[in-house]
Amino acid sequence: MTIVVHRDELLRHPVYTRVLHWSVAICFVLALLSGLAIYTPWLFHPLTAIFGGGPMTRLLHPWFSLGFVLFFALQTLNWLEPMTWTADDRRWMKRVREYVANTDPVEPEYVGFFNAGQKLYFWLIVGSAVVFLVSGIPMWFPRTFGRTIVAVSYILHDLAALLMLVGFIVHVYEGTAAQPGTFQSMTRGTVEKRWAWTHHPAWYRRITGRDPRADYEQARQRRA
Amino acid sequence: MATGILQIKAISGTGSAPPGRGVQREEEVCKYVDVTTCIGCKACEVACVEWNDMPFQQTTFDNTYQTMKSTAWNYWNLIKFNEHQQDDGSLMWLMRKDQCMHCEDPGCLRACPADGAIVQYTNGIVDFQQENCIGCQYCVAGCPFDIPKFNGTTKKVYKCTLCSDRVGQGLEPACIKSCPTGCLKFGTKSDMRALADKRAQQLREHSGFPNAGVYDPPSVGGTHVVYVLHDITQPERYGGLPANPQIPIAYTLWKRVAKPVALLMALVAAPVAFFHYITEGPREPQPPDRELRP
Repeated sequence: MTIVVHRDELLRHPVYTRVLHWSVAICFVLALLSGLAIYTPWLFHPLTAIFGGGPMTRLLHPWFSLGFVLFFALQTLNWLEPMTWTADDRRWMKRVREYVANTDPVEPEYVGFFNAGQKLYFWLIVGSAVVFLVSGIPMWFPRTFGRTIVAVSYILHDLAALLMLVGFIVHVYEGTAAQPGTFQSMTRGTVEKRWAWTHHPAWYRRITGRDPRADYEQARQRRA
Repeated sequence: MATGILQIKAISGTGSAPPGRGVQREEEVCKYVDVTTCIGCKACEVACVEWNDMPFQQTTFDNTYQTMKSTAWNYWNLIKFNEHQQDDGSLMWLMRKDQCMHCEDPGCLRACPADGAIVQYTNGIVDFQQENCIGCQYCVAGCPFDIPKFNGTTKKVYKCTLCSDRVGQGLEPACIKSCPTGCLKFGTKSDMRALADKRAQQLREHSGFPNAGVYDPPSVGGTHVVYVLHDITQPERYGGLPANPQIPIAYTLWKRVAKPVALLMALVAAPVAFFHYITEGPREPQPPDRELRP
């Protein structure tokens, strides 16, 4: 496997991370589409056609979900260290309003490999995946677990779906249209240096040993 | 399993009203089961399997006369045999015909997410439409009587139809027709309920069963199968008949609140993200490719 990193680029996500990410994504989308078809057939019944009809959709859904859980568990182990919550993340959360409003052109110096928003999304997925799994198994085998547990599981499964779907929509937006250059980090694995000092200055400093703000100012003057 | 002339009252998982609801008046039907005169002959079991043309399945011996442990996807009608020791030490043999109760407020229909997989006719029959069933088995947990059963081969759920095909043609259900003692009767709900009340009164006043009564549980809006029991205070003795069958409040929360709110809230994220792009624009890597206008 060749990793192509151009002169003005940095390697952000190695192959293992990318393969896991897209395995998670494929399982997620399949589970989402089949799940929506079961969730409200009178709205999403046509989706069952993708999976070969209603009963087949219902049959496949838990297996897509188990795939999701498996790959995401591996990704969790892979990302345990960069996703750890720190004091800098508390600082970042205090200025989330400025982040959403695009107030500053570049991120504060302390933003590392992942910012607090990404970490929040990650742990939200970890939490809702656990809820999905714990509530999904009784729904899979209703006669084994009894009526009350199954009835409560329906609600928990829906709430987990709510959290994950909101997170997913925001994640897709942030990873594509909202921040040009980000999508490439998950496809080819690389980002431009100026992307790095704009969004993750502390990571840029750690990887290159250079001052992100100084390099940004230098590039700006060169451009002018 | 339906017929054309039955009028639909409720459909599972649908966003719209059932077609033709309320255009005709129809009597509600009911099975009357007098447990006190059942002799456990199982003629109704055989009639059910025969009329519905279901493949025979192996029975399981469980040290009782009961054909199998519980009803199955291809065995909708089962006499439950229970030995009960009375306070004076004497034995009572309790036999109850177990089948779908055709609840007025059916837990299966409430739980079912599939459009039109479960229908309730205006005559009270609750019927599964297997062509619309997706095999999710939500009805299995939704039923307080453990009636719907999953077929692993067809991936669909089956249960007693109250012979909707026969009733639709003005015939009585197969089990009723086969009963030799007359402990099974079929008619309108009001007639069968009156008959059951009268029989219970007779048991109380003349047969030494002071607690005799009619099982027609109000917690599910009444049922379209009513039992006359020797002791209405102890329905569990008759093969686990629940004293107070309930549809968990979770179903109401889930269908009326959690489902629509979750879907709406989740999907709101999409326009929010879109309008964020329109109003705030993307966050370009700095310095951007193109310079700002001075």
